[in-house]
Amino acid sequence: MEVDELVCLPRLPRVAVCGGTHGNELSGVYLVRELLKMEKKVTKEEEEEEEEEEDERVSVLMVLSNPRAMLQCRRYVDTDLNRCFTRATLNGPVSDVAPYEITRALELNRMLGPKGSPAAVDLVCDLHNTTANMGLCLIAYSDCDWICLHIFKHLQREMPDVPIRFIHFDVSSKESYSLDSVGKHGFAMEIGPQPHGVVRSNVYTAMRVGVQNMLDWVRFFNSGTIFEGGFVEVFSMVKHIDYPRDRETRTITAAIHPQLQDRDFCLLHPGDPLFQTFSGETLPYKGKEPLYPFFINECAYYEKGIALSLARKRRVMIPSIRVQTEHEQESYVQEFTSEEEE
Amino acid sequence: MSSFNSIASLEEARRVAIFGGTHGNEMSGVTLVNLWVKNGAEIQRKGVETKPFITNPKAVEKCARYVDTDLNRAFTPENLSAPRGDNQPYEVQRAQEINRIFGPKGSPDAYDVIFDLHNTTSNMGCTLILESSKDHFNLQMMNYIKKAIAPSSCLVLLNEHPLLKYSTSRSIAKHPVGLEVGPQPQGVLRSNIFEAMRVILKHALDFIELFNEGMEFPSCTVEVFRVLERIDYPRDANGNIIAMVHPNLQDCDWEPLNPGDPMFQTFDGKTIRFQGSGTVYPTFINEAAYYEKQQAFVTTRRESLVASSIRKV
Repeated sequence: MEVDELVCLPRLPRVAVCGGTHGNELSGVYLVRELLKMEKKVTKEEEEEEEEEEDERVSVLMVLSNPRAMLQCRRYVDTDLNRCFTRATLNGPVSDVAPYEITRALELNRMLGPKGSPAAVDLVCDLHNTTANMGLCLIAYSDCDWICLHIFKHLQREMPDVPIRFIHFDVSSKESYSLDSVGKHGFAMEIGPQPHGVVRSNVYTAMRVGVQNMLDWVRFFNSGTIFEGGFVEVFSMVKHIDYPRDRETRTITAAIHPQLQDRDFCLLHPGDPLFQTFSGETLPYKGKEPLYPFFINECAYYEKGIALSLARKRRVMIPSIRVQTEHEQESYVQEFTSEEEE
Repeated sequence: MSSFNSIASLEEARRVAIFGGTHGNEMSGVTLVNLWVKNGAEIQRKGVETKPFITNPKAVEKCARYVDTDLNRAFTPENLSAPRGDNQPYEVQRAQEINRIFGPKGSPDAYDVIFDLHNTTSNMGCTLILESSKDHFNLQMMNYIKKAIAPSSCLVLLNEHPLLKYSTSRSIAKHPVGLEVGPQPQGVLRSNIFEAMRVILKHALDFIELFNEGMEFPSCTVEVFRVLERIDYPRDANGNIIAMVHPNLQDCDWEPLNPGDPMFQTFDGKTIRFQGSGTVYPTFINEAAYYEKQQAFVTTRRESLVASSIRKV
């Protein structure tokens, strides 16, 4: 890639902000509720004020993804909603007796998608909390979605007091399973540490400011601002490690070692303490490569067999970008259509 | 009123129970009790029968606080005397069963001591919960534990409030002891929290062994925090929470809260201040399970209780 390359990308007229995808991750629940309340007020005011510039205008959809789980303050009712957005599930048979979250996933896909089609919203920002000490993370499937990476760069610049990181899960679009994969672009905004079922004011504020900065960026982008490229640091997921378990009962036999607890994104070297058994023995990390741990001791991952995840840190070069002009947009659409026909 | 010179002669504590999983997602107790059910060597003491017990197995399996209703509120006289039946909420049935095994509550056959293991999302550190200011055995035990773990701290919360006191699983015993260690998210096992709880229990059992062997514990003063009132989140007309625990109060369990100090922060950043008439010591600040019980935190006041000298009969 040329250093001075400028990539022109289509406008982002529709953004979805989703909270409560997991019903007990409360920052997103409360933030979306508040934004919905404010939207009711603002709509009245907007009728009297001048309208935003046509180009700048962003239509923001606020969505409470899993209302039943929210009511019960649980992660999910029948099955994890944020694993239901695979093509297989979305194109699967419709059934009266389907698990609640599958029915809901199909509804959300109709509302925000369909996934993979030109009608899908341009950007999905899905709000989450974690019990792990991860600060603010943007989690995405791609390490070359310039929209997501530029939003990341923008947040880092605008929120210097908050640790902000980008996590890349190398999953193909065929296999992508989460709500943020429904939009043309998407990412999860994950903030921790926060216990599930709790609202911590510092975490709520970080999410509120993060979402605000994200929407501001989209408006700037749509109005023609050029965003300069450069290097960003990305954490690319390599593997998960499960807890040591009893062979017969499968119950865990050790906890995250006290020297690893809360040390998300601190490099873990081969031989470093990993787990501490209940009889006090230290179990070391046996991998060959030093890697960066994250999602250390996330509550919801016990049942998924994940004690922590490990990533490589990489420097990714992102190009400068700006929004396509109308003329550029037309040629792009023609190209997109002819690609599809091929 | 007992004079400082009198020694209270008390029965030996022969039967002791350790309850875990009263709330199925409070993992330290679940893990410790499961460990000790498999191998109880660590909790054995001469002359004491120590029984580890999972009180709410269905909730533990679901990793939920409870199935139908909070087990730690279910040991009311009404529930315990109600006729057995499958139509009762699961936890009421459990309460009746536990009362049969470890009680009956209030009778001479009840267990001598029950330790009930809990975690909290609040930054309470190690807390011992006392249900009566006149339980000299418990006061002496708590004094012993505090001294044993110093300089680490272990505070005592006294809940004797006529309205706010509740019918706990441990209340079946002659000497109920609550152990609350935090902060720990529900469903998560943190090794430091787990170890802290383990150490406190070790000292508690040591105390019982020493007492049963005939050791006399001289009169002492024990600092406690007495529960005053429950403070709810500010809510709108529909009952929805409209503010969060203020960042200045978050994690400041046991620190003085003065009139005028920030208490809550609305979602758009405004500060709501504490309007009390004097300084209080808040605790259970932002406990996840208490949102549904209309409690953002409880206020307490500091008191010194005098424990009589005690010796076994």
